[in-house]
Amino acid sequence: MVTYGKGLRPLAILTVLVLGGGIALALFYAPMDADQGFRQKIFYIHVPMAIVAMGGFIAGGIAGIMYLRTEDSKWDLRSYTWIHHALILALGALITGSIWAKTSWGHWWVWDEPTLVSFLIVFLLYCTYQPLRFSIEDREKQSRYAAVFAITAGAFVPLNFMAVRMAQSLSHPRVFATSNGGLPLKMQIAFYVMLAGMTLFFITLTKFEMASKNTRAQMGALRRRLGGEDGPARRSAAPALPTATEAGTA
Amino acid sequence: MTLPSNAGYVAAAYLVFLVLVLIYLAIMAVRLGRLEKQTGELLALAEREDAGGTRDE
Repeated sequence: MVTYGKGLRPLAILTVLVLGGGIALALFYAPMDADQGFRQKIFYIHVPMAIVAMGGFIAGGIAGIMYLRTEDSKWDLRSYTWIHHALILALGALITGSIWAKTSWGHWWVWDEPTLVSFLIVFLLYCTYQPLRFSIEDREKQSRYAAVFAITAGAFVPLNFMAVRMAQSLSHPRVFATSNGGLPLKMQIAFYVMLAGMTLFFITLTKFEMASKNTRAQMGALRRRLGGEDGPARRSAAPALPTATEAGTA
Repeated sequence: MTLPSNAGYVAAAYLVFLVLVLIYLAIMAVRLGRLEKQTGELLALAEREDAGGTRDE
């Protein structure tokens, strides 16, 4: 029997410690940026959210490949959950980025900035993932088409990222500068702790989501076994999970 | 002590993250409530089945 919640408790505690420590380091330990001033502190939350979101999209694509190779529904669940949570973090990155843009550029959004627009395109692309799943009634087809989408869109993410890096940025700053030095050490420490914390946060939430969905599936199976009514069949974007018995016989 | 300039915007950015966490917490609370309800129903079903079995004997 697959259990998704294994190790969730220590993981959650570690997430709180690392993320809490990261925020404290970003606000009180990292020095004030000479050019940006206090508003630079936004980057410690904005950039890790954007990086983890992109990592989640790519991981969703890899899980899609694994699903097509194995047809094991646990990979479909992973792909779905990773993309779902990456989308939430991407929304957070867009909002925090807009807040920074307002304080720095005086505008909430700048349309001629490639980094912003390309990230928005990726975000909107992944916004169609849930409706795509929901529009397909057949669960097997739903999983297969969603996996193909996840792979194609997942491959687009690094390509898009590289294209933007190679393009001449108009005004969006680069956190990891390739020339003229990067972040000072104290800023780097705060940044990497925040990145680790955000990654742990993502893993904890996705693990919780998968454990929750698995528990619901097992509850449904138990209800059927005890002769209870299953309720009306509802169309769902979420993957259908095999129960412990089905998984054992598969 | 005076706050640095743009402190409001920085606070807003960190609040966005806090709001995301709180929304997730609310979703988790709803799910826990649903699971609790379902567990109760399952327990009732199991007890009914037990009572039926005892009556059959």
